[in-house]
Amino acid sequence: MTESTYRIQGGTGEWEVVIGLEVHAQITSESKLFSGASTEFGAEPNTQVSLVDAAMPGMLPTLNAECVRQAVRTGLAIDAQINKYSRFDRKNYFYADLPQGYQISQLYHPIVGEGVIQISLDEKDPDAHGKVIGVERIHIEQDAGKLMHDQHPTMSYVDLNRCGVALMEIVSKPDMTSPKEAAAYVRKLRSILRYVGSCDGNMEQGSMRADVNVSVRKPGGELGTRTETKNVNSMRFIQAVIEYEAQRQVDVIEDGGTVVQETRLFDPDKGETRSMRSKEDAHDYRYFPDPDLLPLELEDDFIFDCKASLPELPDEKRARYKNVLGLSAYNAAVLTAEHETALWFEELLETTDEPEKIASSAANWVTSELFGALNRMGLSIENSPVSPAQAAELLGLVADGTISGKIAKQVFEIMLETGDGAKKIVEEQGLKQESDTGAIEKVIADVMAANEDKVAQYRDGKDKLFGFFVGQTMKAMQGKANPQVVNELLKKTLG
Amino acid sequence: MTAIFEMGIADIRSGIADGDFTAKEVAETFIARVSAAKPLNAFLVETPDHALASAEAADKAKANGEALGKMAGVPIGMKDLFCTEGVPTTAASLILEGFTPQYESTVSSNLFKAGAGMLGKLNMDQFAMGSSNETSAFGNVISPWRRNDGGNADLAPGGSSGGSAAVVSGRIAPAATGTDTGGSIRQPAAFTGITGFKPTYGRCSRWGTIAFASSLDQAGPMAHDVRDCAIMLESMAGFDAKDSTSLDLPVPDWEAALNSNLAGKKIGIPKEYRVDNMPAEIDALWQKGIEMLKDAGATIVDVSLPHTKYALPAYYIIAPAEASSNLSRYDGVRYGLRDLPDGAGLQDMYAATREAGFGPEVKRRIMIGTYVLSAGYYDAYYTQAQKVRTLISQDFDKAWNSCDLLLTPTAPSAAFGLGEKSDDPLAMYLNDVFTVPSSLAGLPAMSVPAGLDGKGLPLGLQIIGKALDEQSVFNAGLAIEERAGFVAKPEQWW
Amino acid sequence: MSIDKETVKKIASLSRIAITEAEADAFVPELNQILGWVEQLGEVDCSKVEPMTAVIPNKLRLREDVVTDGAIRDKILANAPVAEHGFFAVPKVIE
Repeated sequence: MTESTYRIQGGTGEWEVVIGLEVHAQITSESKLFSGASTEFGAEPNTQVSLVDAAMPGMLPTLNAECVRQAVRTGLAIDAQINKYSRFDRKNYFYADLPQGYQISQLYHPIVGEGVIQISLDEKDPDAHGKVIGVERIHIEQDAGKLMHDQHPTMSYVDLNRCGVALMEIVSKPDMTSPKEAAAYVRKLRSILRYVGSCDGNMEQGSMRADVNVSVRKPGGELGTRTETKNVNSMRFIQAVIEYEAQRQVDVIEDGGTVVQETRLFDPDKGETRSMRSKEDAHDYRYFPDPDLLPLELEDDFIFDCKASLPELPDEKRARYKNVLGLSAYNAAVLTAEHETALWFEELLETTDEPEKIASSAANWVTSELFGALNRMGLSIENSPVSPAQAAELLGLVADGTISGKIAKQVFEIMLETGDGAKKIVEEQGLKQESDTGAIEKVIADVMAANEDKVAQYRDGKDKLFGFFVGQTMKAMQGKANPQVVNELLKKTLG
Repeated sequence: MTAIFEMGIADIRSGIADGDFTAKEVAETFIARVSAAKPLNAFLVETPDHALASAEAADKAKANGEALGKMAGVPIGMKDLFCTEGVPTTAASLILEGFTPQYESTVSSNLFKAGAGMLGKLNMDQFAMGSSNETSAFGNVISPWRRNDGGNADLAPGGSSGGSAAVVSGRIAPAATGTDTGGSIRQPAAFTGITGFKPTYGRCSRWGTIAFASSLDQAGPMAHDVRDCAIMLESMAGFDAKDSTSLDLPVPDWEAALNSNLAGKKIGIPKEYRVDNMPAEIDALWQKGIEMLKDAGATIVDVSLPHTKYALPAYYIIAPAEASSNLSRYDGVRYGLRDLPDGAGLQDMYAATREAGFGPEVKRRIMIGTYVLSAGYYDAYYTQAQKVRTLISQDFDKAWNSCDLLLTPTAPSAAFGLGEKSDDPLAMYLNDVFTVPSSLAGLPAMSVPAGLDGKGLPLGLQIIGKALDEQSVFNAGLAIEERAGFVAKPEQWW
Repeated sequence: MSIDKETVKKIASLSRIAITEAEADAFVPELNQILGWVEQLGEVDCSKVEPMTAVIPNKLRLREDVVTDGAIRDKILANAPVAEHGFFAVPKVIE
């Protein structure tokens, strides 16, 4: 991988970047982690708040079973250690978005221990450029509320709707060494979470965001002091933070300064990070086990059921597409990156008893024709106007020679516009391909009669003229002749 | 017939059932008692309408021949730690001034469902932190009791449930709710000559009860006698899915199973409770208690609880640590006091609000709790204290190999005068020396009045039982009650 | 270990209590006395002891994932010192 090794060029030579990510992923659930209030996005302020979320005196937390299940399933999906004994701790600090004055989290005994995530730096050939990134732990915790600063000249407004929504914090090891690796890690993690169904991965709505830990060192040297840039909410920003922070830290060190271990914020407009107004006690969170909750103990049966409920995951699926279905590495990678794409593709394959036979052509069609069309229309595959069954019908017409590949494109466009089925369109618009040898032979005879000079030249060895005869025949048949049959008959007739 | 105001829960219940008087008469009697008791400063809020409405409901139910709840027509006092819907609740702290809960605590709700009415919210040590009621932001409660030395020194009713103890002993309410974190039911019960019961941790839901120390807080009844405590606890206790530490067990019919015959029961006398400087009168009372239990058929055995001396220091790490976190929510943002100095930012507002809103003892405990949890000290203090707590709990487990119950004094002294100990926090903490170990172990324990000291002040004995064995505690309490013949009452001077 | 006034002020700041100088002075001996007293716990050999987690053996119950609460904004805001447009309001925060 030497060609892609990421280095910062400093005045004193090259610097290596060490990156760790703490990804906060909102667990998909109807109600909050410790209260029965809804988690739905976009409600009126403070309407999805229970007395527990508002930390009214005497209120107590009760743990949501689904959040536990989803965290365990996520852990199993990355081959992680599931801790049958875990516990909730209070992280104490004062802020207006944190009504309790503490966040319930898991410091000392997280629910999920070490796991691994396979990343790829080249989508086209994932196996050739893979890397394993370690996951340190996954723990469950509460999200905070939201402050709005721009609604009043002297006050900030507090909305507690998000307060208490369940998050998984997925903590990587400091195993990444470039912005590209970090992005690949987040992309892969997001894919796994969406396959598992434990998080919708919606970064715009804040369902996934990352704290980015960056440090620099001389290649192979001692780890440097790291900074943590909080709440970075897009793949692009994560890369920007790393690039900016690495360069900034190198500059600081080379100017004779020292990097301060601190929390920073990313300003997307300026593409810079800046120190958060540092609070002297920011790091004294006085964690201790939450006395309102007992230790969480998981039964083997529960973990077994979690495991059994997992779908085929992206790595296994990609391997199967390649090895069993015979897809190209690229197609296998592209079709499995998003769970919805794979599901759509598999629904298409399920229309036949012998999926291996149509898999390659179907894969090509999905990755080129369908993706192209969806891209043009700005639609995701779940909202595709053409269903897998309709696509199968279209591909079937090509496979059995009813229409040519070229006509198929035309039919597909009509399908997108009208929603009609391929057979109906072919029927109604008379797009059926002519494969009747008698009819084609007749046309060929006419073409040869009209171009006797060219026939003579061809027979004298001017092979290039073959294409001319094909073109003329197809033209005479308005493109509907089966090109294969035309080829064969022409070869036979011209001799 | 005994005057209504002298009656407890069982008497009122049978009086109403027999038609001797109506629930409304009962409510009116006690409402008048409450009005006349202002010098004791026991009530923070009076709620006569609530008591009357419950009484009317009870009378109506009786007229319709419906079955009456266990507490039907019994007007009680409610410690101000229980959130009561539509009724201001402050935990006797300025920081909650003006706070009116929009919800009813599970315990008060259970009592109301059983037919109880509420006379008002009772004064207490601020956030239940204190043993004398002197930490209330609204002035201390004065005990109805006075020494027989002719002086009129105001005495502490004990704490933190001092208001509850005062009104029950002064016959201002037939019963009251209390909460006990390290002795807050038992010590004031002992100081005022009433019966107070702390159930097994998890019997009573903590939902809607303002938290002091979550792993220790338990609600319980404070009443005239053992039977009343049993009736009332049955109405307070029960599984509550809203409290993760609530025990999912049926509530036994403790009253029906009351039995003071202790034949076959072994009572342990823990030698470590014989502390230095224990007043002779307390020791003598303890001996008397032993004789009474023997008389009831029990066998007395000596037991050892070797880590007893470490209970109090462990408690004074664990309770403040939990409190420091539990009380973080009082920040002036969503309810209660807000102190916003000119130009103050959010964090300044927090600090100003909490400085103005919390009393000195609350601040002291928050400070201790913050310190013992802070970076570098957590293991040495908090983790060590929780380990010692394990040892204390194991001490009890070992004792249960040789006995069924423990008998100890409730407090190391009779009620002290207001102001006598308030300058020395540590001396005040030592009041809980006998009650704290069972709190740390979550065990059921009660205080029963068993005699008077030389100055005519009540003294209590404590019975500690195995987890979930409230019945044996009640039964031993009843055996003492029957034999002690404790009938002393404070003379009405207010 | 002994606590000085500076430590007292630091603890007060962590606790968000704006104590006065006089309070800080008073807290120094008080906290030292109390902490000195609790330090006797250090005498106990706890090398083979687990810290207590549940005082009465009990299991953490899990709640079913259904929406049973919320839509009570009036109750949530009823006691707010300052509430505007459905929000709690606090002095402006600069992040």
